[in-house]
Amino acid sequence: MSKKIGDVILDLQNISLRFGGVKALTDISFDVREHEIRAIIGPNGAGKSSMLNVINGVYHPQEGVIIFHGRERRKMEPHQAATQGIARTFQNIALFKGMSVLDNIMTGRITRMKASFIEHALWLGRAKREELEHRKKVEEVIDFLEIQHIRKTPVGRLPYGLQKRVELGRALAAEPSMLLLDEPMAGMNVEEKQDMCRFILDVNDQFGATIVLIEHDMGVVMDISDRVVVLDYGKKIGDGLPDDVKNNEDVITAYLGVSH
Amino acid sequence: MQFFLEVLINGLLSGVMYALVALGFVLVYKASGVFNFAQGAMVYLAALSVVSCMEKGAPLWLAIILAFIIMTLFGIATEKFVLRKLVNQPPITLFMATIGLAFFIEGLAPIMFGSEPRALDLGIVDEPIAAILDSWDMVISKFDLVAAGVAALLVTTLALFFQYTRIGRALRAVADDHQAALSIGIPLQHIWAIVWGIAGFVALVAGMMWGARNGVQFALTFTALKALPVLIIGGFTSVPGAIVGGLIIGASEKLAEIYLPPVMQSMFGGNFGGIEGWFPYVLALFFLLVRPEGLFGEKHIDRV
Amino acid sequence: MLYREAGQFKTSYAADQQLFPIRQDRMGILILLAVVFLVIPGVASEYWFSAILIPFLIFSLAALGLNILTGYAGQLSLGSAAFMAVGAYAAYNFQLRIDGIPILVSFVCAGLTAAGVGILFGLPSLWIKGFYLAVATLAAQFFIVWCLTKFPWFSNHSSSGVISAQQLIIFGYEFASPQEKYLLVLSIVVVMALAAKNMVRSSTGRAWMAVRDMDVAASVIGIRLMPTKLLAFAVSSFYCGVAGALYAFCYLGSVEPDGFSLDMSFRILFMIIIGGVGSILGSFLGAAFILLLPIFLDIALPWAAGLLGLPFSNATVSHIQVLIFGALIMFFLIVEPHGLARLWQITKEKLRLWPFPH
Repeated sequence: MSKKIGDVILDLQNISLRFGGVKALTDISFDVREHEIRAIIGPNGAGKSSMLNVINGVYHPQEGVIIFHGRERRKMEPHQAATQGIARTFQNIALFKGMSVLDNIMTGRITRMKASFIEHALWLGRAKREELEHRKKVEEVIDFLEIQHIRKTPVGRLPYGLQKRVELGRALAAEPSMLLLDEPMAGMNVEEKQDMCRFILDVNDQFGATIVLIEHDMGVVMDISDRVVVLDYGKKIGDGLPDDVKNNEDVITAYLGVSH
Repeated sequence: MQFFLEVLINGLLSGVMYALVALGFVLVYKASGVFNFAQGAMVYLAALSVVSCMEKGAPLWLAIILAFIIMTLFGIATEKFVLRKLVNQPPITLFMATIGLAFFIEGLAPIMFGSEPRALDLGIVDEPIAAILDSWDMVISKFDLVAAGVAALLVTTLALFFQYTRIGRALRAVADDHQAALSIGIPLQHIWAIVWGIAGFVALVAGMMWGARNGVQFALTFTALKALPVLIIGGFTSVPGAIVGGLIIGASEKLAEIYLPPVMQSMFGGNFGGIEGWFPYVLALFFLLVRPEGLFGEKHIDRV
Repeated sequence: MLYREAGQFKTSYAADQQLFPIRQDRMGILILLAVVFLVIPGVASEYWFSAILIPFLIFSLAALGLNILTGYAGQLSLGSAAFMAVGAYAAYNFQLRIDGIPILVSFVCAGLTAAGVGILFGLPSLWIKGFYLAVATLAAQFFIVWCLTKFPWFSNHSSSGVISAQQLIIFGYEFASPQEKYLLVLSIVVVMALAAKNMVRSSTGRAWMAVRDMDVAASVIGIRLMPTKLLAFAVSSFYCGVAGALYAFCYLGSVEPDGFSLDMSFRILFMIIIGGVGSILGSFLGAAFILLLPIFLDIALPWAAGLLGLPFSNATVSHIQVLIFGALIMFFLIVEPHGLARLWQITKEKLRLWPFPH
């Protein structure tokens, strides 16, 4: 592999998150290095999605520190995470159902569009210019994901696999430095999974994006990730290279149960 | 002080009347997730049915039974022809559909039963209670006290019904989770029809109380508008919330109506009556600021 | 055969992103504009101008305003009429209190005033959704109308808050006849409809729709919910405010606060439900439908009753009207939630294939 894994760009220290009396995450620490593919695995309800939600500001942890690109933050809103270059996809597809594929992906570039609503209303120079420039970028993403033929289709009408791809497209359109993927391959057949793996590796290789990935398919995780974090009941029970994690006893217990 | 108490008590008693209407909202919302804007129109329809049956010569008890049958049939028809067709639509669509339903009833009821305002005599006199007037020098209406008693009875009955009957348990299960209820074999559509029937019954009680107090007229439909802030304060899913919310709205709007206009008059000049019209809404807005889920509502966590 | 885009290849993104990408649509809109600006003023009668065309245009504008808020940004409002009232009274007061202010400037200021009030009542949308918000906008409806009635300053101390609109003079020319008023209203509505179309096809509109479709996802891709929602409230109220000013100045001449009732707010809501939620065209279709239906019923019902020999009163006509409104709302929500605009689109798609079915 040609990519070079760089320094730590995201450092999570002692994160705890509660909903009322329910502890979703307890004292979790791990880091993510530049350009790596970092997988988060664990049984259902382990707190994986909550972890992603903490990283991009949807949930605010009660305790702990998040350091992103050297800047420490406790409370950050999701849109601030977006402007700092964190993009993500969701476990249950979160596309904008009433809009076309093109418009959905165009929204991914919204943080980079500067024209005000008055310029839009009057369709003045900058508004028009921006729409065209960003359309060009979006078409590149559309080409990359091979979805040219459905560009103008409302996303609600697309099959599941394609919707997942469009959602990835929307995240990519933001040209993120860090991409959070929440089960990008859930519910896909083998071919669709292979396509998705290829896209993820290409994104990582060509665009140099750092990827944090939640996935249940162990084969995929072991193949494409550089390092793996294992969560169980909101606690971290393993962290390291895929092979190390695979042989970690706690992890095996969590997945297979304890023999009595 | 005495005057203040009198205003407060009368406010609380009229708050009970708001609570009666709000109850209907809560029941339907709990069981089917539909925010039924047509509840006020149903109150109007129920009161009109009772009055017309009596005009045709039926005694009160028969008129009530006939009106109950009309309301139940109406509830079932609503479920079958409107709501069932809108399953899985966003709540806001259902809400707009009930606005349509409200208009439909408001057009239909007067065509069926006539639109001129009429009095409804339940045999309770709306006069001050002599004992209180004598010893405390306060005007407290006998009728309002009876209405409060009826409301208390209704709430107790509903609470017992929900807690201890089979249908009540099924209703609570449906309210908790439609899918889960369906999967253990609760017939969802029957349940919804029953809920709409009960909502019709509550509308009937409210309609009779309101109709006897203010006359049976189109203005009864506005009771729904008063019930909305009650719900925001009490929470959309709570029966006790509807009662407490009703009391808060009733008391505060009467106090505001009495005590605010003189203050405003001294500040701006002119006449500032009619604060009742908007005060509950503004109060509800402040509640939304502090406690968006209402006093007794359940806090909602968005899952992503 | 006539309506087909085959052969019209787009060679640039600019060509693909223009207002009406299909040539036939461009022609159609030009013909429509020519008719409404050149032909109608010549042929329509005074009754048509003052009883049908002018209110149609004004309510289309109000419906357009509500559609921006509800259809595009997904925030339900039951207080549109109150924002129209703000516009009407603001325009009156700007004319009254600022010497020599041009009437069009007053209209713009009236819109801005309504936008300010709209932002104020839109604030609750930041922490509540759906019908909770509907209740908040009801607060606007009742509170604003009450204020306009009770504070005598707004109506310059006239009795029960009635105001009479000042003369419409633009660059020394007075718009007095219904025909002239029609042209004025038409020009304003066309310009504002175009501006609305431009907003909803650009990133402003995409941000609104993203918030409407899924607000969490919208914030995750970098849309700031607060300014986006408040902008929708502001723009929507601006449109309603201008519509209100036109309602007072070009349609009725004198208005009172109670005229901007909850019932009117509901009618505007019905316009967008029947016309098409989230469609500029739908706002116009819905306004036409809701305004023409009562006129049609007024004529048709007594006639039908006469045929059948039934006794018939005016009250019954109005009850039947209300009933039919209600039934239509439920019908459209069940059968065609995207309203008349969607039906029009389906017709166009059929036309593309015509006369060959496949």
